Amino acid sequence: MQTVLSIAVDALAYGMVLFIISIGLSVTMGLMRVINLAHGAFAMIGGYFASYAARDLGLGYGVGVLAAIVGTVIIAIPVERFLYRRIYGQPELTQVLMTIGITFCVIGIANFAFGPTLKTIPLPQMLQGSVDLGFRTIATHRLFSIVCGLVVAGALWFLIERTAFGTRLRATVDNAAMAASLGVRTQVVYAVSFAVAIGLAALGGVLGAELLPVEPYYALRYMVTFLVVVSVGGAGSIPGALIACLLLGAIDTTGRYFAPEYGEFFFYLAVIVIVTLFPRGLAGRFR
Amino acid sequence: MKRFVLAVAVAALAAGVAHADTIKVGVVGPFSGPFALQGKNFKAGIDAFFALNGKKVGDHDIEVVYRDVPTANPAQSKSLAQELIVREKVQYLAGFYFTPDAMAATPLLQQGNVPMVVMNAATSAIVTSSPYVVRTSFTTWQTASPIAKVAKDAGVAKAITLVSDYGPGVDAETAFKTAFEKEGGSVVESIRMPLSTNDFAPMMQRVKDSGAQALFVFLPSGPPTLAFVKAYNENGLKAAGIKFLATGDLTQESDLPALGEAGLGLTTTFHYAVSHDSPENKAFVAAAEKAIGNPAELSFPAVGAFDGMYVISKMIEATNGKQDAKNAVEAVKGLSWTSPRGPVSIDPDSRHITQNIYLREVAKDAGGKYYNKEIQTFEKQGDPGLAALKK
Repeated sequence: MQTVLSIAVDALAYGMVLFIISIGLSVTMGLMRVINLAHGAFAMIGGYFASYAARDLGLGYGVGVLAAIVGTVIIAIPVERFLYRRIYGQPELTQVLMTIGITFCVIGIANFAFGPTLKTIPLPQMLQGSVDLGFRTIATHRLFSIVCGLVVAGALWFLIERTAFGTRLRATVDNAAMAASLGVRTQVVYAVSFAVAIGLAALGGVLGAELLPVEPYYALRYMVTFLVVVSVGGAGSIPGALIACLLLGAIDTTGRYFAPEYGEFFFYLAVIVIVTLFPRGLAGRFR
Repeated sequence: MKRFVLAVAVAALAAGVAHADTIKVGVVGPFSGPFALQGKNFKAGIDAFFALNGKKVGDHDIEVVYRDVPTANPAQSKSLAQELIVREKVQYLAGFYFTPDAMAATPLLQQGNVPMVVMNAATSAIVTSSPYVVRTSFTTWQTASPIAKVAKDAGVAKAITLVSDYGPGVDAETAFKTAFEKEGGSVVESIRMPLSTNDFAPMMQRVKDSGAQALFVFLPSGPPTLAFVKAYNENGLKAAGIKFLATGDLTQESDLPALGEAGLGLTTTFHYAVSHDSPENKAFVAAAEKAIGNPAELSFPAVGAFDGMYVISKMIEATNGKQDAKNAVEAVKGLSWTSPRGPVSIDPDSRHITQNIYLREVAKDAGGKYYNKEIQTFEKQGDPGLAALKK
């Protein structure tokens, strides 16, 4: 029983970290219809900003997180204006080629500027150490990630479903020409949503750094995992992504506990089954 | 008359060879991509050798030609090695970070009349695949076996092994298990983890449930190391007194700043620590740090490369610049010298390096820098892996 509870806690923590990192990608792919393979690159840029601010300048974790989000968004704005805007509505192959190209550029620049070694983001005193749950201990930053994940999920759902901006975004996604003729400034809507998605990527890069440490190949190393989460959850759906992360986190963690020698077999088996049953992802069902 | 002409011709030929030549050495390693840091260390070790000993052996100049194999890729390694031998006319092949890359190139050696000096690849079997292979690095068996004795001496009777599920990981698992059982301990469980594991919390739960007093771990260096050590600390294994045993790959110097506090007190066995206290090492580190640029990036592949160049220089000396793989290799069999890592020699039978293995503990110096502090020496360790191979 203790073991089961233990695995459940690990699964929840791992799932939430996955969620924070992947949700930005779900927004770009589902709402903006851009296959953004550079998502991991932006998460990595966030990680580098946070590491630089918190470790090299000694400004503390909070400032690091802020610097990561703001800095990455500032870098992303010209990238969106000059590169991404050309590929909105283009065939998928064009998008894939463009974004994978951006990823390789970012890897090269990061390698040149920061070197190939791992970069860490020092945690504040508050988040260090472990919390005793009674039946086991868990790292405090894992709990913090779980809370952050829930907050992000809630805030994003509210933004898209309950605000005027969300309405415009959904309208733009469904029919950009019609939305524009009704007075929605679609370019601005796209720019803002892109910034939000990139900000989420950066946040994920920072919060997930304890599990997925920042180094130049971060941008490619975890890309498949992010894409899997989005395709299983259903692109653009927040509840879908949340359920997908928790489900995949649970399957992966349980598989690793009981049969590590099978590798990622159970993880991908689950992915195949889910995608076969729900070709548009889990959330396709709720629509 | 005919005989005279022939004699003159032969003499002229011989004189031509004995003249000052440029001897080319082809180095294959990962100089770009995710393992570029290791390739950079190869280069730093080679540059350090030239900085300390000059680029001349007798009358001959050494010229190094680098070829890049970013990740383990036997086909690419083989074609580059071939290109080096045929087109660049190298007299020596060196480098090789990954075992498959080295293995793929060994069939070329005899025909090409080229010796190979392996500067890193750590699987025991490489030296058996061709009589022209000499190795100046280490083997996983060589570095993993002494830690079993350390564990036993510390009173551990039951241990668990966790290794990444790939060649070197399985090697490390067998090496530790063999050595630990010989010491009278028992390995209660052997877990093989997928290479792509990011979250090690479930493994830590397995360790706890197994009732082992110590865990032995082997991972490829880089991101998994950090996540593993953190999981060990955060899931209360450190607090529960479960000993952490590993080979030095896990605490290589370039990863220590990232590990930080979490790494303090980890014990590993390995053939080289940048902190090794000897005049030879001080000179080497000064030169290698200058060559690599950022001192924090210097780690063990550099010393393998440095000693590799030493061996090659001895080969050039012995053959006086002639391309003669057989005699070159023959000349360094039994060669012994003082390396930056301590006294070493080339075992005449296996052509693998015999060296001291050190038990080290991660500590923090006065300047706040983390380093591997050598606390115990296992002298003149050969490669137990070869014996296991013959069985």
